[in-house]
Amino acid sequence: MPLSYVLVLAALLFSIGVYGVLARQHAVLVLLSIELMLNAVNINLIAFSAWLQDTGVPGQVFALFIIAVAAAEVGVGLALVILIYRNRRNVDVEGLSLMKW
Amino acid sequence: MEAAWQEGLFFVFATVITVSAIGVVTARNVIHAALFLVATLIGAACIYILMFAEFVAWAQVLVYVGAIVVLMLFGLMLTRAPIGKYGEYDNDQKGLAAIVAAAVFGVTAWVLIDSFEGVELPTDRVAATTSKDVGEAIFSSYVLPFELVSVLLLAALVGAVVIARRDERVTSRTIDAARREKAREEDV
Repeated sequence: MPLSYVLVLAALLFSIGVYGVLARQHAVLVLLSIELMLNAVNINLIAFSAWLQDTGVPGQVFALFIIAVAAAEVGVGLALVILIYRNRRNVDVEGLSLMKW
Repeated sequence: MEAAWQEGLFFVFATVITVSAIGVVTARNVIHAALFLVATLIGAACIYILMFAEFVAWAQVLVYVGAIVVLMLFGLMLTRAPIGKYGEYDNDQKGLAAIVAAAVFGVTAWVLIDSFEGVELPTDRVAATTSKDVGEAIFSSYVLPFELVSVLLLAALVGAVVIARRDERVTSRTIDAARREKAREEDV
């Protein structure tokens, strides 16, 4: 199987995530789209790891690190979303323009 | 594994991933979006198994499907998203977003196909890349980043608690102040 098949799949998943981040309004749905983009990167890392097997397993190790960082990001992100909900009674990202010039 | 099998299974999982990822960004029901994300993540785990990364595949199922999606569902419930109802969750720049996403896909796909033309993935494990080797790599070459990830997770945990916690002290003080204000008004 050509390596480029997997890489194009990852690029497709990443672009779908980009679309979701730009087009969604609910903050939790934006976080879901960010997860899609992180997964695209993981698929790339695993594909290169399978291609360059002689160099060991750095691709798999970094994919594990990305999974851990994604978990941390979701924890802090959801805490922020809940705080915003408590203050504003909705979590639409369009309304959060307080710090916009 | 036979090359034809590998390629056929890859296309099956790629279809599942693509369809459910589009579901995540277009679903008009928030719970459906989260469940589509589960399908995407499990499809990605199957791709990892095809690429000889079993340990990452199971970590993906445990951490992503087991923990992150459940956290997302909690977030949706705590923010009183209309669960089970259909609503409009897209903003008015959908068309622009689609153009940007298509441009990102076009450029990256073109560059990737151009630079990795003719590279074939091995159909079988040709070197030591089992879970045992992943564990050895994490606890030898990558032990410092591993410890840093532990610190990061601890910091994120403490930060999440501090951010999301209701400050009881301040709240009761504000309530007291409001009560005193009201009593003063009644006196006048």
